Amino acid sequence: MSQILKCHVGIGETVRGQALVADDNFSARYDLDRLKGVFSRPAHKLVGQSYVDRILVLNTAKGGVASAWMLHEMKARGMAPKAILFNQANTILAQGAALAGISLCDRFEEGDVTQLIKNGDELVVDPLTGTVEIL
Amino acid sequence: MKLSEEEQSMLAGEQGAARKWAMEHMMQVGRQFDADDFVNVSQAHMMADPESLGAAGVSFLEDLAAQGDKVRIPMITDPRGVDLSYYKELGQTETMADLERRTIAACSALGILMTDTCINYQTIMPPVQGDHVAFGDTGVVIYSNSVLGAYSNFEGGPSSLAAGLTGRTPRYGLHLPEKRKGTQLFSVEYQPKNLTEWGILGGIIGQKAGSYWQVPVVTGIESAPSSDDMKHFGAAMASYGSIPLFHIVGVTPEAPTLASVFDGPPPSSTTITEADIHQFQGNFGAQGEKVDVVVFAAPQLSLMEMSQVAALLDGRTVHPKTTLIVCTSPSVAADCDRLEITKRIENSGAKVLRGTCFYQQFAREMAEANGWHRLLSNSTKIVNIISGYGYQPSLANMEACIDSAVAGEIV
Repeated sequence: MSQILKCHVGIGETVRGQALVADDNFSARYDLDRLKGVFSRPAHKLVGQSYVDRILVLNTAKGGVASAWMLHEMKARGMAPKAILFNQANTILAQGAALAGISLCDRFEEGDVTQLIKNGDELVVDPLTGTVEIL
Repeated sequence: MKLSEEEQSMLAGEQGAARKWAMEHMMQVGRQFDADDFVNVSQAHMMADPESLGAAGVSFLEDLAAQGDKVRIPMITDPRGVDLSYYKELGQTETMADLERRTIAACSALGILMTDTCINYQTIMPPVQGDHVAFGDTGVVIYSNSVLGAYSNFEGGPSSLAAGLTGRTPRYGLHLPEKRKGTQLFSVEYQPKNLTEWGILGGIIGQKAGSYWQVPVVTGIESAPSSDDMKHFGAAMASYGSIPLFHIVGVTPEAPTLASVFDGPPPSSTTITEADIHQFQGNFGAQGEKVDVVVFAAPQLSLMEMSQVAALLDGRTVHPKTTLIVCTSPSVAADCDRLEITKRIENSGAKVLRGTCFYQQFAREMAEANGWHRLLSNSTKIVNIISGYGYQPSLANMEACIDSAVAGEIV
């Protein structure tokens, strides 16, 4: 039985992929080794894990503005996540997702998305209708 | 979104492909944040360092510039990633320098003024209260919103550029007066004594506040801080919490009184004490350890900070196994040259970099090229950022940073 989560209308196209989940925050500059495609910040809960082609499920964005260009750069090299789901996005991640063509959704009606979705869940993210299906 | 005739014309492509892209980009963002319409902005400021742009971002800028369109409001830039007068010495490569040269050429062709600074609010044209702007550096945005009363969201490079091309930004977030009211209250029981302690206080509040949509209100600050104090306070808060606006009751322009800054009664307050400051700094201590690189940056140094660094270095020599780097803006550097502050700093063996900021300079590659591991700074912001780049960061005030650079170990 699949479950459908309702969120705010988001950015980008419908994508399907595997969730990489943590109750932690996100910045492309602070947290990633973008050349290797892994989380590199020692204090991050996903340290050492590859984010390439995964659907990241995290609490919120943190830090600076660099993530906006960085998502575009990561996508161009084929080293980007497929989509990012947040409890609450900030402006930078939304802007970066828009430029990069990476799907992004936030503000889930059912509660904390980092608890609702489990690591490894197969998801279909539809930003246009504001839904995420857990298959 | 409701569009004016002018905006419809830009969206339809009647004013060139660059403005059409800009409108489409901003409408995606506006929809995400429920913007009803656009607001005119008076200035734009863009981060576009080659590390975050990458080859794809540089090509994107070149393609836009090739359309022949130019920005239509004053537009300036955040620090660069390569100081083209000093990069091989840092282990930066020709590939990095070429990306930098191409970025500068594309931005210049778009009519952007290459100010290369994250302290434009101290050096270029500070916005005034109620001025809608599109600023693209978290430290710039939080200072301009909080200390000057300007209206800006955090604008990533693409969105700053879109604002520069159109003179508009979607009206959401901090462009709306109701989003600028306080949401949290912090009672500070300790007066920070130097820039590092202001940064730590900002970092603590940022960590506790926790998201872009919170507006922390601070009470207990007994006298007006300096612009440099507020710079470090805001930059650290923005870095730790992605916070774009704070109010200090009795200090910042939108917080004359506690009652005026909240809609309704203030929430219960969180107390911050001297012990909290010491505990935070304790996480970044490493007394007695060899220090590879000491960095003054993030944000770039003002003329006053440059002068303080020079005074602390007079007659001293940086340890041969330690590198001391000082980052400032091109305009401050020109003043420092004229006033012989640069000479006094560099006589010690330290290096002044112009128009860059250390963490935007391919920090991982510089660490690998130079064998740098332990980094010491007086900037709470940089010690937060830099561990993801493979450094072990330590935090100390300006005097202790310089003593450590001279000793070659953390004093």
